[in-house]
Amino acid sequence: MSNFGYVAPATVEETLAVLQQATDQGQRTQILAGGTDVIVQFRSLDNSHRLFVDIKSLKETNDVRIENEHIFVGAAIPSGVLNENAELKALFPGLLEAADLIGSTQIQGRASIGGNLCNSSPAGDTIPALIVNSALCVLATNEGTRTVPTENFVTGVGRNCLAAHEFLLGFQIPRPSAGTGDAYLRFIPRTEMDIAVAGAAVSLTINHDGICERARVSIGAVAPTPLLVSSAAEALVGTTADEDALQQAAQACSDAAQPITDKRGTVEYRRKVVGVLCRRAGTIARDRALSNRN
Amino acid sequence: MSKIYVSTTVNGRPEDVLCEAHQTLLDLLRDEIGLTGTKEGCGTGDCGACTVLLDDRLVCSCLVLAPEADGKEITTVEGIADSQDGLHVVQQKLLEHAALQCGVCTPGFVVAAKALLDRDPNPDEKTIRYWLAGNLCRCTGYDKIIRAVQDAAQELTPTK
Ligand SMILES: Cc1cc2nc3c(=O)[nH]c(=O)nc-3n(C[C@H](O)[C@H](O)[C@H](O)COP(=O)(O)OP(=O)(O)OC[C@H]3O[C@@H](n4cnc5c(N)ncnc54)[C@H](O)[C@@H]3O)c2cc1C
Ligand code: FES
Ligand code: FES
Repeated sequence: MSNFGYVAPATVEETLAVLQQATDQGQRTQILAGGTDVIVQFRSLDNSHRLFVDIKSLKETNDVRIENEHIFVGAAIPSGVLNENAELKALFPGLLEAADLIGSTQIQGRASIGGNLCNSSPAGDTIPALIVNSALCVLATNEGTRTVPTENFVTGVGRNCLAAHEFLLGFQIPRPSAGTGDAYLRFIPRTEMDIAVAGAAVSLTINHDGICERARVSIGAVAPTPLLVSSAAEALVGTTADEDALQQAAQACSDAAQPITDKRGTVEYRRKVVGVLCRRAGTIARDRALSNRN
Repeated sequence: MSKIYVSTTVNGRPEDVLCEAHQTLLDLLRDEIGLTGTKEGCGTGDCGACTVLLDDRLVCSCLVLAPEADGKEITTVEGIADSQDGLHVVQQKLLEHAALQCGVCTPGFVVAAKALLDRDPNPDEKTIRYWLAGNLCRCTGYDKIIRAVQDAAQELTPTK
């Protein structure tokens, strides 16, 4: 039997039921968001039979809710749509810049941050930016929703903690306190449309005395999964995030990296570049934090 | 599995077609509906030859599944020229600037450039180049294409 199927359920319950039923019947399912990884991989790597479960019709995966304590961002919203939301851009400029790095205008009409995370590539550009913003992944399961910190979501190259009948609804991100700024930078050999050789995200909070009270640093494309680098954060907390402190954070990132050599760069090169990116992203995050202190 | 019924609107015309779950919107347009203006260059989202508007958003039709078109409005290059006014100014300027050789990339550039000018009738060169970064051309070297789009913008906002 030719066994390709496509469904676009209208509710979370219906989606879970479809996933459960297919799993019970031994049919392979694949969640479809923007399809910019799904269809490329289907064509180039593995064209085996499956049921595509399109989660773009759900209210939850398209929702943006900006509340006092938390901001919820739906998993399936295309990056082009996210970047038209001025309020989100003001809250998380680094995260939205990371989303804006993904692909061309056409790709941005489709590609979602949920898809970027669930694809779980070591080089997924939005993952370090989600991690430094302490985003919680909100998963739909048969037992209701459960949350997973983004830094624990990806478990290996192309692997994550989702069970076969679970899927990602979106991200719950704490509202940044006054004096917080984030930034993400990556290095690619071209100026557009390429995969990161290395990437670094930084978020920090600076108090009225000019002291960094809170820092999170995450690096991408230099290990099997994006990494939260707590030693880099520790180098910043308690300082003014000056050049010295940023240089130490950079060294901590270079030390934490476990890169590989491939056509995009060698181990030594990636180690060095990821430190430079940490320092530069840290400078941008610091300047944003200072201007957000009011 | 049985075929999937898709009811969509292409260039303002209702289309009811049957497709397979794993066909792309590009296959649907070219092979089922017979609109062959939209081209396939790579099939993997890199070249932009397959660019169409899906509910007013620019997408690569090679990266959209055919059943996703159900209930949507699609604009292809065939929907850009007007039967009364003739060619769209972007098309006219591409011609005048001789901004095409083999022409395989041109439908994608036309749809993408028109979408840009609809949003921002007066874009600077950098904006145009970034907006069109997902449209590849192996023949022209891009410069003539960029000049043509700048010229089209000039015509749309003559006060510039
Ligand atoms: C030309 C081109 C350029 C690109 N450039 C970049 C780049 O610069 N940086 C980068 O990081 N990526 C890049 N990508 C890869 C891709 O566009 C991104 O990873 C994108 O964010 C994927 O999002 P999507 O919505 O298209 O996901 P999809 O392709 O729909 O899904 C991706 C994976 O996640 C799963 N999935 C999606 N949503 C959910 C969900 N809600 N719950 C559970 N599972 C889910 C799918 O089953 C699939 O395994 C590029 C791709 C192309 C074609
Ligand atoms: S054919 Fe779709 S981007 Fe090349
Ligand atoms: S004219 Fe030949 S690819 Fe552009």
